[in-house]
Amino acid sequence: MNGIHDLGGLQCFGKIDNKSEDVKFVEDWERRLFASTLCSFGALGPIDAFRHAIEKMDPVHYLSSSYYEHWLEAVESRINELNFAQSDVGVPLTVKDIETIVVTGAHYARESRPENEPFEIGLEVRALPYSPEGHTRLPNYVKGKKGIITEMRGTFVFPDTLAHGLGECEQPLYSVRFSSTELWANSNSTNDAVHIDLWHSYLEVSNV
Amino acid sequence: MSEHHDTPSNPYLEKRRDSEETEKLTKRVQKIEQLLIDKGVVTKEALDRIVEIYENDIGPLNGSRVVAKAWIDKGYKKRLLTDATSAIAELGYSGLQGEHMVVVENTSSVHNIVVCTLCSCYPWPVLGLPPKWYKEAPYRSRVVIEPREVLKEFGTDISPNTEVRVWDSSAEMRYMVLPQQPNYAKKMSEEELAKLVTRDSMIGVQTL
Repeated sequence: MNGIHDLGGLQCFGKIDNKSEDVKFVEDWERRLFASTLCSFGALGPIDAFRHAIEKMDPVHYLSSSYYEHWLEAVESRINELNFAQSDVGVPLTVKDIETIVVTGAHYARESRPENEPFEIGLEVRALPYSPEGHTRLPNYVKGKKGIITEMRGTFVFPDTLAHGLGECEQPLYSVRFSSTELWANSNSTNDAVHIDLWHSYLEVSNV
Repeated sequence: MSEHHDTPSNPYLEKRRDSEETEKLTKRVQKIEQLLIDKGVVTKEALDRIVEIYENDIGPLNGSRVVAKAWIDKGYKKRLLTDATSAIAELGYSGLQGEHMVVVENTSSVHNIVVCTLCSCYPWPVLGLPPKWYKEAPYRSRVVIEPREVLKEFGTDISPNTEVRVWDSSAEMRYMVLPQQPNYAKKMSEEELAKLVTRDSMIGVQTL
């Protein structure tokens, strides 16, 4: 969805606050929420469903609340969406399980052959003006812009379907290079660029 | 340079939370934690262990060891730039939010910088949890449109002849910058080199 979380290219937020004291967690509830959230990904759905829950926050609240308040809103919203309080009791993750999960992670690449014939490296593509109502990882600032496929990342699960329980629908994922002049017409740094990872169905072959 | 650079930094987040609000947030988190425990998602001990791991065990020291090894060992550097996930795992670092790693090398012709404009994706196994500014609107919005201005706010001036290349972590690939080894550090040991490498240099907002 086109939401307030999609911040790339906005110019209204002022300076970066990189001088304040750097602590991982400001308050104790943030520490506890961090742990609860990591453990809830199995029970409350994939990380993309969690990201989408943040994207659906009220925009004023999104901008005026902290990073972990976004997490809190998202976890509560997933609990409600799934009616999780009524779910069956499972077998809990133990300290040992956690230690394993932290070092193995959750893998998003798939060995299967994708339905889409992958684009070749060097091909000029255009990001589609795609604006689904649900979750997507295609940011506004590249939509309609031309870029070059610079790397093939592999075949990856597709967040746009995964977030909504519609399956992994794995697709080729590419690193696409957009020049600063293409993205921002008035850019005076002609050799600068943004490289971004985009799924096959976000792109079309550029004919112009 | 536009006017917004002179405005006070992010007024939204200047808001101080009072103790009443903190108490409300704390209660909401306690409710989530209790629900996860009651529903057999995770044990209390496992939650405590997660906090301990991310607060104490995993941090940018991991990444600095990767960088130092790449500086002194050409074979390792080659492996790191071709298959970062495996090369980083050689040093024992892997897992959540680092399942698919890419390391990008700074040279005299390219300076790399990492962001996640849509949320705050960050390579946890090598850098730990992200700094506050990395998660906030000013950095996320501005770095793709005016990377050189952002770099200046970190005291980093990149030559106009050097390309500034921004990596937007829109998928599950996680990026770490391999900074340039400073000339004064050419004869140092791996251990001494690791001490020179800062978190910010591995995000790409700083040079060494």
